[in-house]
Amino acid sequence: VTVVEETRHRPPLWRDVRVLRAVIQVLAGAAVLIILYVLWFNLTNNLRAAGLPTGFDFLTQPLGVDIPGSDISPSAPIWRGLLNAVKNTLALVVVGIPLLTLIGVLVGVARLSTNWLVAKAAGLYVEILRNIPPLLIILFVFNAVVLRFPVLQESLNISDLVIVNNRYLAMVGFTAQPNFGPFLAIMAVALVVAAGVWWWRTRRSEETGVPHHRFLWALGAFTILTLIGFFALGGPIGLSRPILDGRALEGGYTGLAAYWAVLAALILYTASHVAEIVRGSILAVPRGQSEAANAIALTPFQRLRYVIMPQAMRIAIPPIISQYLNFTKNTSLAIAIGYAEMTRITFQLIGNGQPAPQMIFLLMGGYLIFSLIISLIVNVVNRRMQLVTR
Amino acid sequence: MTVEAPVFEETPPQVEPARGPMDWARKNLFNNWYNSLLTLALAALVIWALAALLGGLLSADYEIIRANLRLFMIGEFPADQLWRPWAATYCFAVMFGVVGGSLAAGARDRANESGLPYVRTTLRQIVIRFWPILALIAVVLSFTTTVTPTLLTIGALVVGLGSYYLGRVLPRAVRRWTWLIAVVLIAASYISLAGFGGVGWQGWGGLQLNLFLTFAGILVAFPFGLLLALGRRSSLPVIRTISVGYIELVRGVPLITVLIAGAFAIGFIIPRDVRPGFVTRMLIAIIAFEAAYIAEVVRGGLQAVPRGQVEAAHAVGLAPWKTMRLIVLPQALRATIPAMVGQFISLFKDTTLVAVLGITELLEATFVVNSQTAYLGKGLFVVTLSFAALIFWVGCYTMSRESRRLERKLGVGER
Repeated sequence: VTVVEETRHRPPLWRDVRVLRAVIQVLAGAAVLIILYVLWFNLTNNLRAAGLPTGFDFLTQPLGVDIPGSDISPSAPIWRGLLNAVKNTLALVVVGIPLLTLIGVLVGVARLSTNWLVAKAAGLYVEILRNIPPLLIILFVFNAVVLRFPVLQESLNISDLVIVNNRYLAMVGFTAQPNFGPFLAIMAVALVVAAGVWWWRTRRSEETGVPHHRFLWALGAFTILTLIGFFALGGPIGLSRPILDGRALEGGYTGLAAYWAVLAALILYTASHVAEIVRGSILAVPRGQSEAANAIALTPFQRLRYVIMPQAMRIAIPPIISQYLNFTKNTSLAIAIGYAEMTRITFQLIGNGQPAPQMIFLLMGGYLIFSLIISLIVNVVNRRMQLVTR
Repeated sequence: MTVEAPVFEETPPQVEPARGPMDWARKNLFNNWYNSLLTLALAALVIWALAALLGGLLSADYEIIRANLRLFMIGEFPADQLWRPWAATYCFAVMFGVVGGSLAAGARDRANESGLPYVRTTLRQIVIRFWPILALIAVVLSFTTTVTPTLLTIGALVVGLGSYYLGRVLPRAVRRWTWLIAVVLIAASYISLAGFGGVGWQGWGGLQLNLFLTFAGILVAFPFGLLLALGRRSSLPVIRTISVGYIELVRGVPLITVLIAGAFAIGFIIPRDVRPGFVTRMLIAIIAFEAAYIAEVVRGGLQAVPRGQVEAAHAVGLAPWKTMRLIVLPQALRATIPAMVGQFISLFKDTTLVAVLGITELLEATFVVNSQTAYLGKGLFVVTLSFAALIFWVGCYTMSRESRRLERKLGVGER
């Protein structure tokens, strides 16, 4: 056996991959750091030269602007105004997302309806709304629809259930009566019992093979217990009707006209995108699935509910959630009609002489947190879907 | 040698013969009770909406559009300089014609060389594909008060068509330089607008500004987006972190906050003696924003290139840079074309956001005319905003149809 002496040949430094990789990374990192440092240097210098604060102490200063639709006075600290703005953005997001999902899914399914008129009408809705800038839709809904509602004194009042005028929209709502606390406890108990019923029906179905109908059973148990509790406690939840009292609306759920306009416009716009996603996902389910469902004589509803939708949803959920993200970001367009959400308040405060860089930093930070939360949800959902199906 | 295609006897598809409109209606509208109900309810709604729309269209007072049409199209461009936008329009007509023609000629030559059939695009097909734009031009022209714009527009269409045929007959050696012709013509259109006592983009407005922000935004952001996409797929951790950080930060915030930063914060982080104009700062914000989105589009294209392509390139001894330039990028960028059109549409819609900061682009123009003394308080928002909506809708709808056509043609998304 001859041992071949291996000559370890190192390439020259400027051709050594490991050296090159390190050098490139150090250079790129250094370049970014230097740019950031120069920007930071300019920023602090310019802020000082303009006589503006360089920190975040200004947040305790008085707000100095009036926030429509809230009881925060202009002398309240800035951070309270900002928190209120976050609340207002959330009010759009929390109400908007379920509604736009509902409309989007309905329209998406309707586009594939066998009913010619339904399919065409849904297609018309999608093609029109999808191709118009959302800002234009908001301005249109606010200026061409909402502002044309009757003035406050001549509000449209639908038997005290809904009151509409060009400044507010109020709906009948619920209020807590005495015994509301115990009622909440009873509802919690009912929920636990319903979960138990669900589990029992599932077990029974697995053991004996009878249909479980667990949803109906659980719902029934929950409803019966809640109703018993409701009457036993003497009606712990009451209706609160909106009342037009001079120049203000009281009771019920009252929202500014600007709020409803943004909400309606963005829901209509985003739902058209969701509808496209739903349609595409349903079409992406292989034809054979639908034909197999027909072959075992499922009704059209059963076919959709048990065969098509579960598979389509797996495809549709990630892009739909990214539409939720778009919806959340688009709530910033409410600035155009003066609804006091995050962007609007920031804009107002900058105009009022507060330091722009810090305000914008806070604003972007707020949206980034929203985006991060939604991305986390996407990842969790994605992982669950994959575990279930693969 | 020619191969005869085997002829199969085709069995006619077993379709029940249609038995007139009543039968069709029974099958497609009234096939069960809930469909019948739905049909009736929806028909009532559609008829009501159409009647309202038609009534509104017929009774509306269009004077506000007629009087402000120039503001909507080109903003407050000086009235005695109107030849400049027209000259720019002609430059663009020639550019689109020549580029379209030479692309068609290239496709024809490639088809001839490979012996595949080449289907020539006829004028009729172009009209079918772009009828919304042609209809829009007709609608806009119907609001003009003199005959000159109509004549000039017809002239531009004729010139564009002529350039298309010119582009088709250009010899191959010249065709290789089409991109240079396009660049020269774009430069010429800018010079005709801004050069020699004209108005630079700080003074532009109306639809012209929307188009400028869209084109400039996409074109300038593209190289940055490409670099970010390559950085995101790089094997160097520092580069990857920087790219991912930038892309995700920008994609997590709304465009309007970036525009506000451009309006109010850029001044703080650049040296004090550099003072870009307002529109320039908007453009910078748009470019910074779009780069992150284009990076994601390009990343999608890069992921669509099969691994085997890179491995094959390594096997024949191509250097990494050459692999990227000759093998990966041509395939990746081709696959991104439909998504890039989508990005273009979305930016076109998003350029309306500069209205919030008080720039008179199309949406803002159609909005502010309602506070002119002649129209104040008349509630003409429906008319003016619908006009803006029509323009945006036609642009976006036509482009999205083209994007879908390209997607089919390039076979993207087919498995």
